[in-house]
Amino acid sequence: MKAMMMGFAALIVISVGAYFGLQELGFSTDARNAGATVRLD
Amino acid sequence: MRTLLCILALCLALPVAAQDDTPIPDRSATGGAQTLEDIMARQRGEQVAPKTGDAAGAARDLSGQLGTLGGASDPELWRQLRYGSADVTVSSGGEVASVLMQDGGMAWLEFRKGPLATYGGYLLLGTIALLAVFFVLRGRIRLDYEKTGRTVTRFKTFERAAHWLLAGSFILLGITGLLTLFGRMLIAPYISKEFNATLLMGSKFIHNNVAWAFIVALIVVFCLWVWHNIPNSTDITWFAQAGGIIGSKHPPAKKFNGGQKVIFWSVILLGASISLTGVSLLFPFEFPMFLKTFDILRSAGINELPFYGPLPTALAPHEEMQYAQAWHAIVAFVLMAIIFAHIYIGSVGMEGAYDAMGSGEVDEAWARQHHSLWLEELEEKAKAAPKDATPAE
Repeated sequence: MKAMMMGFAALIVISVGAYFGLQELGFSTDARNAGATVRLD
Repeated sequence: MRTLLCILALCLALPVAAQDDTPIPDRSATGGAQTLEDIMARQRGEQVAPKTGDAAGAARDLSGQLGTLGGASDPELWRQLRYGSADVTVSSGGEVASVLMQDGGMAWLEFRKGPLATYGGYLLLGTIALLAVFFVLRGRIRLDYEKTGRTVTRFKTFERAAHWLLAGSFILLGITGLLTLFGRMLIAPYISKEFNATLLMGSKFIHNNVAWAFIVALIVVFCLWVWHNIPNSTDITWFAQAGGIIGSKHPPAKKFNGGQKVIFWSVILLGASISLTGVSLLFPFEFPMFLKTFDILRSAGINELPFYGPLPTALAPHEEMQYAQAWHAIVAFVLMAIIFAHIYIGSVGMEGAYDAMGSGEVDEAWARQHHSLWLEELEEKAKAAPKDATPAE
């Protein structure tokens, strides 16, 4: 059970890390696919 | 005679009078030319008021607004747009946005809501039904030996955590993927479109971010267990005896038996294929891979595929995405069906199997029955180790 919880905790950490990491690196949809004349938000 | 002529003149004038009575709709948007409503009314068989105003002149004005090509149809231009050879300049979106039309979209949409959803759904439901029938016929695979009370470590904590990372992420990705595919068909009509929309927004968010956890786990699991999953001669015996699942024999096996190796390589190869197409979808148009794959197949002498036809020699960026989505879903359906069988045998299908990934400790009787060669290796190692040696953990 401990190992299962560790696996699920790692799942959350990696997913949240990927979300914020990609945002920081400029890989959000609007950063990649919109120009100055297009606003997606 | 005069009376007769009057009646004839009246008869001829009546239809004109009736036509003139037809109300003239507002045609200011087209400058007096026919509108969409006129076309629809004509199709319904209704009387349509005649053109009014200077329609031709209004069309000339519209042409002026449309630029040098005017409102006239230019077949060559439309052909160029259709086949992606038109010289298109866009203000944003780069090369991809310059593709104004591509005709793969409808075929992809029809495939996605047709064969993909239908046969994918049948595959999953059919697998569940088969496993249920198998459980009824075979029952739970019980231990033939009495439990000894002595246990051996089957998987260490790190290995089990990696397994659950892979399992947890795959289940989340599977559920959110199925919601994305079936939501419009099975949720929106019966619950509400708004509920389905909210569910899909959440599904997309989870799917896109949990994907990274799946990829990490896949790499870790591959590194941990690849050595144990290289096929060898014991697998032939294992398959010849159907792994002991059918019948009463229990073929010898090392740490991973033939069936587990099939699961392992299915997860690794199909999981890698799902991951690659998933990354291609996560970063649209950045990693096109299907035309390159088709080129490799062609160079290997494969020019067409069964149930598909000749391989395309050119793909628009959007078609690359459509192929990536279709392949991603097809392979995911197959892997889900395999994982259903894995979950079955690791839980209700076999007594003691869950302990391997639960506590990591399995009874010696279980190990002797299902992985006798592995248990013998452990016993030989224990004998070879000095008696006063301190265990590493």
